[in-house]
Amino acid sequence: MSSPGHNREVIARRRERGLLLLAVPALLLLGAIFAWPVLRLLSMSVEGGTLAHFEKAALDGLYVSVLLDSMKIALMVMGICLVLAYPVALWLSRAGRVGLALGMFALLLPFWTSVLVRTYAWLVLLGRNGVINRTLRDWGWIEAPLPLLHNTAGVLIGMVHVLLPYMVLPIYASLLRIDPDLPRAAEGLGAPAWRSFLRITLPLSLPGVSAGCALVFVLSLGFFITPALLGGGHVVMVSMLIEQQVREFLDWPFAAALSTLLLLATLAIYALIGRLTRGARLATQ
Amino acid sequence: MRRSKQRSQQRSTGKLLLGIFAAAVFAFLLLPLLVVFPISFSSASYLQFPPPGYSLQWYQRYLDDPSWIEATIRSVQAATLCTVLAMGLGVPLSFFLVRSRLPGIRLLDRLTAAPIIVPTIIISIALYGVFSRLQLIGEWYGVAIAHTVLALPFVVILVSASLRSFDEAQEQAAAGLGASWPWIIWRVTLPQLRPSLVSAAFLSFISSFDELVLAMFLSGTSMTLPKKMFDNILMEIDPTIAAVSVLQILLVSVALGLTTLFGRGALTTTITR
Repeated sequence: MSSPGHNREVIARRRERGLLLLAVPALLLLGAIFAWPVLRLLSMSVEGGTLAHFEKAALDGLYVSVLLDSMKIALMVMGICLVLAYPVALWLSRAGRVGLALGMFALLLPFWTSVLVRTYAWLVLLGRNGVINRTLRDWGWIEAPLPLLHNTAGVLIGMVHVLLPYMVLPIYASLLRIDPDLPRAAEGLGAPAWRSFLRITLPLSLPGVSAGCALVFVLSLGFFITPALLGGGHVVMVSMLIEQQVREFLDWPFAAALSTLLLLATLAIYALIGRLTRGARLATQ
Repeated sequence: MRRSKQRSQQRSTGKLLLGIFAAAVFAFLLLPLLVVFPISFSSASYLQFPPPGYSLQWYQRYLDDPSWIEATIRSVQAATLCTVLAMGLGVPLSFFLVRSRLPGIRLLDRLTAAPIIVPTIIISIALYGVFSRLQLIGEWYGVAIAHTVLALPFVVILVSASLRSFDEAQEQAAAGLGASWPWIIWRVTLPQLRPSLVSAAFLSFISSFDELVLAMFLSGTSMTLPKKMFDNILMEIDPTIAAVSVLQILLVSVALGLTTLFGRGALTTTITR
C-alpha cells in the first residue's frame, strides 16, 4: 500500500497545496483590484457591439494628432535618455568604489524623490523669470528669456529627468556582465580603445540598451503628471486625453477605446523589444 | 614605445571627457533637488530666487496649516497599510511562484508583473469606475488597496530573486531535526531574505507615499500629500511646497541610507532586472 514512491507523491501534492494556499490572497487581490476592473474598462470600448469609438479615435484629426504627438515625445525622450545614459553607465562600470557610491547616490536620490517635488523644482528653474533665465541674463549670454516652460522643451526636460535612471541602470547592468578580459584581449592584440569599444563593448551591451529603451519609451507613453504641469496645456499626451474624457465629458466608452489603443501600443513595444533583445543575445553568443 | 605612450595619452583624454560628461549629467539630476533647499528657507513672501533673506516661515506655515498636516497623515497611513498588505501578500506569493511546479507557473510569474506594465492612467480610471460604485472614493484605505496592486510586483521581483538563490537544503535539515514548517520559515528562511525584504518594504512605502495618479482619481476631497502638492502647484506656487519638498527629500535620503545599510544593494536589482 504505502510504497515509498506513493509516499513521495503524497508529500509533493501536499506541498503544492500548501504553496497554492499561500498565493490565493494575493491572486484574489490582483484579480479583484486589477484584472477585473481593467478588463471591464477595456470591454466598455466595444459596448453595444460597435467599433464607433475606435473609429472616432482613428479618424478624428484632433485625436490622431494627440496619439502621434505622444509617440513623438516618447521617442524623443527615449533618444535623449539614451544619449545621456550610455556614457554615464560606461563611466559607472569603470568607476572605483567611491566614484560608484557617489554616482549611484546621484542617480538614486532623484529616482526616489517624488515626481511632484522635481516637477515643482523645474517650474522654479525653467520659468520666464526662473533661475536659469535669470542667471543667463545676468551673465549677458541672452537678451530675452528662453522659452523653456509650458512647451515641448519643458516637458522633455522634466520627463528625461524622471526617466534617465531607467535607462542608466539596465545599460550599467549589461556592461558589468561583459567579461573584462575581452576588451583587454582586443587591446592586447593591438586594437585601439575606440575600436575595441565599438566592436566588443557596444554590441555586448545592446541587451541593456534595448531593455532601457523599451522601459523609457513605454513609461513616457503613459506619462501624465510631468506633461500636465510643465506643458501648461500646450502639450497633450494620450493619458491627459483619457483623463479629460472621463472627468469632463464622462465619455467612458471613448476613454476605454483610447485606453485600449494605449495598452496595445505598450504591449506591442514590449513584444518587439523582447524579440530584439533575444536577437541581440543570440547574435553575441 | 612612442605609440603606446600616445595611446595611453589618448585613453586618459577619453577617460577625462567621459568623466566630465558623467559629472554634467549627475549635476542635471541633482540640480532640481538642490534648488528647493534655499527657496524653502526664503524670507520673501512669494517665490524669489535667490532668496533675499532666510527664515523658517514656510515650515511654520506647513505645520500650522491643518490641511497640509491632514494630507501628510493620510499619506503616511495609506503608505503604511500598502506596505503591510504588499508584504503580507507578496512574500507568500513569491514562495508559490518560485517553488511550485505547477504547469503554467512561468506564465503566472510573468502576469504578476502586469500592474507595472499597464499604464497607471488605465488602472486609475478602471478603479475609479469600480470604486465609485462601491463608494470607496475618498477613503484612505481605498487608496492604500489600489497602491498595493502597484507595489506587489516590486515585492515579488525582489523577494523571488533572493528566494531563488536560497538553498532549500537548509529547510530540509531543520525539518529533519523536528522543527515545524512555520517555525522553519520564520527562523531559517526569512532571516536570510532580510536584505530583499527591507528593500521591498521601503519600495512599497515610498511608491505609495509618492503616488499621484491613482490618488488623484481615488482620494476625492480627502487629499493625500501628493494630491495636495499637485493642487498647490496649480493654484499658487508659494514656497510652502518647497518646505514640504525638503522634508520629503530628507525622508527619502534617510530611508535610502537605511535601506542601503540593511538592504545590501538589493534596491537596484528591481530596475536592472
